[in-house]
Amino acid sequence: MLSETILEMKDISKSFPGVKALDSVDFKLRKGEIHALMGENGAGKSTLIKVITGVYGKDAGLITLQGESIHFKAPEEAQNKGIGTVYQEIMLCPNLTVAENMFIGRSHSLVVNWKQMNEKAAQLLDSLGIPASPVQELTSCSLAVQQMIAIARAVDMDCKILILDEPTSSLDEDEVHKLFKLMRELKARGVGIIFITHFLEQVFEISDRITVLRNGKLVGEYETTSLSQIELISKMLGNVLEDITKIQKHEPIVSDTSIPVFEGIGLSSAAGVRPFNFVIQRGEVNGFAGLLGSGRSESARAIFAADKVTGGEVRMKGKSVKIKTPLHAIKQGIGYLPEDRKGDGIIDDLSVRDNIILTLQVMKGFFKPFSLKQAETFAEEYIKKLNIKTPTPDTPIKSLSGGNQQKVILARWLLTNPEFLILDEPTRGIDVGTKVEIQKLVIKLANNGMSLTFISSEIDEMIRTCSRLIVMKDREIVGELKGTELTETEVMNVIAQGGKNPCLN
Amino acid sequence: MASVNVFKPKARLSNSNILFLIAAVIFVVMYLFAIISFPNSFMQFQTFFDLFNLNAPLIIMTLGLCIVMIGGGIDISIGAVCGLVTMACAVFLESKMGSIGGAVLVALGIGVAFGILQGYLIAYLEIQPFIITLSGLFLAQGLLTTLHKDPINVTMPAFVGLRDFDIVIAWLGTRNRLGVFIPSEIKLGTVIVVVLLVILASLMKWSRFGRNVYAVGGNSHSAMMLGINVKRTIFITYVLSGLTAGIAGFVYIMTTGAGNVGNAAGAEMKAIASAIIGGTLLNGGVGNLLGAPIGTLTLLVINELIRAAGVQSNFQAMVSGLLLYFFIVLQSVIMSLRDRRRFGIALPPWLRLSGKEQTVGQGES
Repeated sequence: MLSETILEMKDISKSFPGVKALDSVDFKLRKGEIHALMGENGAGKSTLIKVITGVYGKDAGLITLQGESIHFKAPEEAQNKGIGTVYQEIMLCPNLTVAENMFIGRSHSLVVNWKQMNEKAAQLLDSLGIPASPVQELTSCSLAVQQMIAIARAVDMDCKILILDEPTSSLDEDEVHKLFKLMRELKARGVGIIFITHFLEQVFEISDRITVLRNGKLVGEYETTSLSQIELISKMLGNVLEDITKIQKHEPIVSDTSIPVFEGIGLSSAAGVRPFNFVIQRGEVNGFAGLLGSGRSESARAIFAADKVTGGEVRMKGKSVKIKTPLHAIKQGIGYLPEDRKGDGIIDDLSVRDNIILTLQVMKGFFKPFSLKQAETFAEEYIKKLNIKTPTPDTPIKSLSGGNQQKVILARWLLTNPEFLILDEPTRGIDVGTKVEIQKLVIKLANNGMSLTFISSEIDEMIRTCSRLIVMKDREIVGELKGTELTETEVMNVIAQGGKNPCLN
Repeated sequence: MASVNVFKPKARLSNSNILFLIAAVIFVVMYLFAIISFPNSFMQFQTFFDLFNLNAPLIIMTLGLCIVMIGGGIDISIGAVCGLVTMACAVFLESKMGSIGGAVLVALGIGVAFGILQGYLIAYLEIQPFIITLSGLFLAQGLLTTLHKDPINVTMPAFVGLRDFDIVIAWLGTRNRLGVFIPSEIKLGTVIVVVLLVILASLMKWSRFGRNVYAVGGNSHSAMMLGINVKRTIFITYVLSGLTAGIAGFVYIMTTGAGNVGNAAGAEMKAIASAIIGGTLLNGGVGNLLGAPIGTLTLLVINELIRAAGVQSNFQAMVSGLLLYFFIVLQSVIMSLRDRRRFGIALPPWLRLSGKEQTVGQGES
């Protein structure tokens, strides 16, 4: 195969207010290769894709497509130049037929020639080996086939570059293989494919080259064969060396006879995490480690019943209890600080004070409101305790910085005085100073007897705060580390070795 | 378990077609029931034709409304616009410069003007169609009463001729009790219904615009990503619905011969009901224009049945309401059963099919 370059990006930079999403990143795509783009959340993968397809403009840098300098202003322009994109969500119309989905929006004729369209579609489906009939309604196809039809549409538009943005996240193993077969077929035709996924096994199965991004910077471009899984993981996660004062972690005293605060047996939820057991002792800090998509958040959500619980048994301090909704969990003394702060956590337009007392109010009941004075006392106490920087307790929470918003939500849970608090990515997207403050707080709370689960995509943070780490991969628990085993290398080893099945089923 | 997705080349019926078929079957069953129960009236061809003759405006409005609904919108101004058109035409025909051609232009002009105004606000300024067309309803009602408050009987000779014009089908008819053969008669409005039905149904099936409407109604974001001009498509659906409301207004006055403040009042709700019974989903993307007359006729036959049975007229409204409940539940049950593979489905256990059909897709994991 010729290694002719079709797309070359040089020194691409892109900033959003307050964040440098891409910092002089280079990227090169050759003809007929499958090139995996890897990186954790916020590494800049999707920003890079959006710069290629013209959704975002770039601040600096040069993009050349087959030797020609390009600057797309809208996705249609990229499409016309032969860059096809297939998104994680299928961008097709479910109520139209397969053939229509492949050709609609592309013809300039006023009349639809069904016969011709169906024939052309049948040919294309046949040549790509897609098991669908042109006259079938799209909803009657499986997700994988729908995904392939989206690809077929892009292929028929004579695309030279095909971008697949997490196309496999909702497919089962069988379907993934069908998709891979199609990708190899296209590769043989000389299409350059950019493949984004968070399933490591898939990357090693299908890709020729891997480009790794971290924190908006290029880590490097590698031949897939020259890289082992563990090397890839360490390149993705990096060694985040921050100037953090050594945090003294709390080791709980656990005897064989002590009754755990929370004990879950065979927990599973509709979010697709495999049944797992989970135990936490009084004053213990543990964590779920794993790559993005490994199921670490889903597990935490299953404990709190934030997703529909599909099975399992829960015991609080040895007593069997029923936790089917978050309200049950709250009433049992479990708190959960969600990963998605904007979506699940803050109420934008309410004041800092109202956001703080929200959960306590829910527990008390809405028909017994707190007096303003009581609410103010609570709010002021926690604003001081957690050092929340807000002009007044009456300020709407949306005008606070990310770190301070996070502290407000923390305050909300601390006010309810939970026995077991789950913190899902409490340090994401906030400044380093606040990150350290939150880690210190976690340890202080554990010292006072609270049990905490701390989840972070930065492994070093978890190693610093947790006394026990549960390692997850592909939505199941693959190992548990404690004491001296708690090192970054060990975590990566467990992820790389554990569980060989690349996807859900 | 991983699904075994064995490819079957046999295409199953589309949702649009299955809902249309159900509507058609229900209509036929209903009509047969009517014939059996009241052979005297329902056996006559004239009764069937009269359903069209007297309700042509409603069917025409339903056609336009169906297009809007397939595109994912709603238009509740059509009844009021239709009423406004009847009064405007009556005033115009009774004035010195009145002419039939002019009246047609007035009717189409008012309808299209409302369509353009509402379509622009909904498609390009992205305001809720319900609110916009509700405002249109009030605007049209206000204009109607401003124009003229009292009923106007159009006396223009040419128009009266048009009003009383019948197409006689000499070979089709019934004998009355005295054995005299009475041929069937069809009004001009019925002809317009048939012509419009053919034109609009073809438009939806075979034109690029028609397919774009389905795409937009199915998933407007996807439609945009597929390169469809979503705003223009939505805009045109409202213009078409305004146009049909205008035509309906003219056919209305051609049938009754009078402009009246109460003309076509509340017709939009009957049209919505007809569209739904005819298999057009309120969510958009699913529907068949041939279902529009079927839905309207089903609703009318039920009313006729109740009237023939000598039950009080308030029962007609009640039965229409119950029937609508029934149809909507039926449609959602069918849709869930067909889509069960893809969603978790909120079907009550007593409605679920047994064992093997339950989880085919990604259910267990």
